[in-house]
Amino acid sequence: MLDMTTNFDLAPLHAILEEYGSQKGTVIPILQRVQDAYGYLPKEILAEISKRTNIPLTQLMGVATFYTQFRLSPRGKHLIRVCDGTACHVSGAPHIVRAIEKEYDMPAGSSSPDLKYTLEVVYCVGACGLAPVVIVDDKVYGRLSPDAVLEKVRDV
Amino acid sequence: MSLLKSTDDLLSLRERAIYALGVRVPGASQPQFRNDVVVCGSTGCRSANSQQVLKALQAQIIQRELDKAVRVISTGCRGLCAVGPVMQIFPSGVFYNRVQITDVPEIVEQTLVGGKIIERLCFRDVAQNKRLAHYLDIPFYNRQLPIVLRNCGLIDPQNIEEYIATDGYLGLTKALELSPEEVIEIIKNSGLRGRGGAGFSTGIKWELCRRVAKQPKYVICNADEGDPGAFMDRSILEADPHSVIEGMVIAAYAIGAPLGYIYVRAEYPLAVIHLRRAIAQARAYGLLGENILGSGFSFDLHLKEGAGAFVCGEEMALIASVEGRRGEPRPKPPFPAVSGLWNRPTVVNNVKTYALTPRIILRGPEWFSSIGTSKSPGTAVFALTGKIRNTGLIEVPMGITLREIIYDIGGGIPKKRQFKAVQTGGPLGGCLPASALDTPVDFDSLTEAGATMGSGGMIVVDERTCMVEFAKYFLTFATAESCGKCVPCRIGGQRLLEVLTRITSGAGTPRDLDEIERISRNMREASLCALGQLTPGPVMSALRFFREEYEAHVYDKFCLAGVCKGLYELHVDADRCAGCGLCKKACSQDAISGNRKEPHVIDQLKCIQCGACVEACNLDAIVAQPRGKGVHAIAVA
Ligand SMILES: Cc1cc2nc3c(=O)[nH]c(=O)nc-3n(C[C@H](O)[C@H](O)[C@H](O)COP(=O)(O)O)c2cc1C
Ligand code: FES
Repeated sequence: MLDMTTNFDLAPLHAILEEYGSQKGTVIPILQRVQDAYGYLPKEILAEISKRTNIPLTQLMGVATFYTQFRLSPRGKHLIRVCDGTACHVSGAPHIVRAIEKEYDMPAGSSSPDLKYTLEVVYCVGACGLAPVVIVDDKVYGRLSPDAVLEKVRDV
Repeated sequence: MSLLKSTDDLLSLRERAIYALGVRVPGASQPQFRNDVVVCGSTGCRSANSQQVLKALQAQIIQRELDKAVRVISTGCRGLCAVGPVMQIFPSGVFYNRVQITDVPEIVEQTLVGGKIIERLCFRDVAQNKRLAHYLDIPFYNRQLPIVLRNCGLIDPQNIEEYIATDGYLGLTKALELSPEEVIEIIKNSGLRGRGGAGFSTGIKWELCRRVAKQPKYVICNADEGDPGAFMDRSILEADPHSVIEGMVIAAYAIGAPLGYIYVRAEYPLAVIHLRRAIAQARAYGLLGENILGSGFSFDLHLKEGAGAFVCGEEMALIASVEGRRGEPRPKPPFPAVSGLWNRPTVVNNVKTYALTPRIILRGPEWFSSIGTSKSPGTAVFALTGKIRNTGLIEVPMGITLREIIYDIGGGIPKKRQFKAVQTGGPLGGCLPASALDTPVDFDSLTEAGATMGSGGMIVVDERTCMVEFAKYFLTFATAESCGKCVPCRIGGQRLLEVLTRITSGAGTPRDLDEIERISRNMREASLCALGQLTPGPVMSALRFFREEYEAHVYDKFCLAGVCKGLYELHVDADRCAGCGLCKKACSQDAISGNRKEPHVIDQLKCIQCGACVEACNLDAIVAQPRGKGVHAIAVA
């Protein structure tokens, strides 16, 4: 059910907060769970967490902006992760990043204007033997040229 | 009710578990299965489709009604990630690589039924130019000494009984029979130094923590492995999670801690799954929880997932993160052993440090200190990557030289290219040139040579890597990860990055070289934590060993490696070109022309310097030259 003031369904949030109760040191797990439930961390939800837990909103925002895992805006439908870990970097990962950025007009870390794709640059996904590595949604591709990567992205 | 209530319970379970491990125990008598086939299920091989191969193999075995004789097991990393998916057949030790689903029927028919070796699937050793059928024939393996990695690729990481069969939790039973002080004494005498990077004595750290009167105490496992291009800790957690848990219980017993945390990177989903399951199993078996093995000692363990911040690998930042705050370090002392989590005495150790502990308790401090060098006893685990043939996970005795690792184990540099540098210690480490290849690998020698041991990332680069750009890469990473709390790190890193950006874009001036040294010195001396203090490391070591490359960028506006845009032109070296046409095919601009078997030529007006031809060429025949020179030369000729 949509909550009138926030325009979000608050039921998942309440379930999460219930579970953690008043244990200490739970800000990060709560935000992780909330992001899993809502896809990102909407401002309205953060305000609601603050209201219910008495954790100041500034503190929640401080944590949310510190860690790269947390997103404050929604993500595109397909997630493209290009590895720029050292092994991939020396095997041409920067060429791949540049090619995708150019093709879809989305700088690394942002989404395409039509919200179809989100581009993330990550550091080592542990498949260095396949460098350079690109993960489109959950499929891992290795040893591809920039052109071949664009093709895979187009075809998702 | 827990399963094991005493050491005797564990020992009798161990007997049964050893039998169940079957032919994977050397000399097993009357095993239930004639063959065990282990397929690597670690992240690297998984992305090369190992899980599909495994399923196909299982299906085929059932279809051929071999399932009473042959068993398939999904294990952790077998090490040779470069040629995944890999599998090994027990008891023969036959090792297959690059296995595809289409190979499965043949493997079953030829090898599992017929006992024949399929040559095509064997590892090809380039130096000897032959295929090697048995894994112990492969130089990559036979130069190693696995202690931490001893179970990786051998046991099913999700089955605690397989760990128990390979001496698992025996170290714990021995520790529980000793006093905590005696346990600490053993660790101290072994000379074990922390494997997270700093190399601090583990025994002394535990002793310090034991002596502090405050309660409760905590143990934390640092599994935040954030170096780009490093996957040692992840592989261990995926392949043998119980070794880390056992080490933590021993540490907790030694310092007197009732509770522990494993802080693991959230980007490691498989490691998280395996750890969760391992913790649940250890609880169910009574190896975690109340009154462990009837000793009266109680200890429990929780998992904390990080949220993506490299600085959280630093122990004080990690503690702040476990407490649910921004991961910002604070000055030390007081050290965490005195005042750590919730201001209580806390031991923080690396994954590998904990994994070594049970072995040291079991086999004694003299055994451990007899391996490696006197000041760095034991082994070192590395993730060997970059421009090297045998990318993968290795464990070697300390004191081995870089050359042995790179050429004997790593198989050298592919594509006829030349070794240029090896980077250890990740973004906080340094790079060493060819002249340092005979440096022994241990904490002190690497530091003396100008790099650091770090946590185990080892990246090899060839002459196609620009050392200025490479240093800039690490610097970009480290500055983005600065938590922002102290000025020297936050501002210094940015200024340093600006200087390097100028140099790699051709706008550098001679003064910039002095500027690098000045900023670096300030960051080293004034930053709050090791992140800021060590951030200049890669830049400084590159400047020290590859100064001529910096100078070529500054004075000649030339990037010899052909990496920095606008600072080079690509040309075909006619002496090396065999006219194979690979470069022509790779070029998206149609800039390359030439007849087969004749040297090709690059049209400079069409070339956009994307480097695709450089990657495509197997003969290292495409070279970078200063701009304008090549065209000029052609015009004159
Ligand atoms: C920026 C930074 C990142 C670090 N990252 C890690 C890491 O990923 N894993 C680790 O074990 N130690 C890391 N350390 C070292 C830890 O602060 C600490 O020394 C170590 O966990 C102690 O364990 P050990 O004695 O077993 O090595 C890092 C240090 C710094 C300054
Ligand atoms: S550096 Fe890309 S997978 Fe490791």
